Amino acid sequence: MERTTLDIKVNVREAQGDCYIVELSGEIDVYTSPKVKDAIGDLIDRGVYNLVIDLEKVRYIDSTGLGVLIGGLKRVREHGGSVNLVCTNPQIRKIFDITGLVKIFGIFESEDAATKALA
Amino acid sequence: MNQPLPNTDDIDVVDLRIPCKAEWVALARLSVAAVASRLNFSIDEIEDIKLAVAEACTNAIQHAHGSPFIEIKCEATGGELRLSVRDYGRGTRPENIRSREPDDDRVGGLGIFLIRSLMDDVEYDVQPDQGTLLVMVKRLTV
Repeated sequence: MERTTLDIKVNVREAQGDCYIVELSGEIDVYTSPKVKDAIGDLIDRGVYNLVIDLEKVRYIDSTGLGVLIGGLKRVREHGGSVNLVCTNPQIRKIFDITGLVKIFGIFESEDAATKALA
Repeated sequence: MNQPLPNTDDIDVVDLRIPCKAEWVALARLSVAAVASRLNFSIDEIEDIKLAVAEACTNAIQHAHGSPFIEIKCEATGGELRLSVRDYGRGTRPENIRSREPDDDRVGGLGIFLIRSLMDDVEYDVQPDQGTLLVMVKRLTV
């Protein structure tokens, strides 16, 4: 399942167990974040509550993008699930550090590590 | 907000006016990044400035109901970049937004929190039903 808009690409694929990987590419801002929100919301509506969101190909994220991730995390937690992130870009990571969101998300350096941590 | 400015001969001014719509925020942040790159800011500092101006525009789009456009003024001197972001709608005063805690999972207030974290000075002026002016400054590190 793949969606594209002006400058965001969302690629969703099934991983091991009941986990899905949401790979994002491009820029997540006030214009593009609704597409990300829809993709995550669709998965949760289908009963997927363990998500790895891969931000490795994300060049930019702002507060609306963070808000979508937080919203997704809150929803899956209601069902006992979790969201782990993959992020090694220092500029993106810095935003999670500044906002304190490193304390509510598991942030990993690879999809493999993020997926295993959900098992 | 009405602080005297240095001699205008020493200031390069770039004005930008965008529709108060989400699809135009990317233009604003990329334009401001281009201005910042002229002042020898580091790549990391330029990213900070990009995010701050985008957050200010996003705040206007989400809260300045009825504003037809957003005005962004970039004033570049040898030592700093002053960015003024103005809308003409109704706004939410930043002090009405609670501060964030380290493990906070609330969404509201993230934008202004990021602006305050990334820029050196941040001031704002909200006029009821006349709009919001947010002025932020980033100084070159020596």
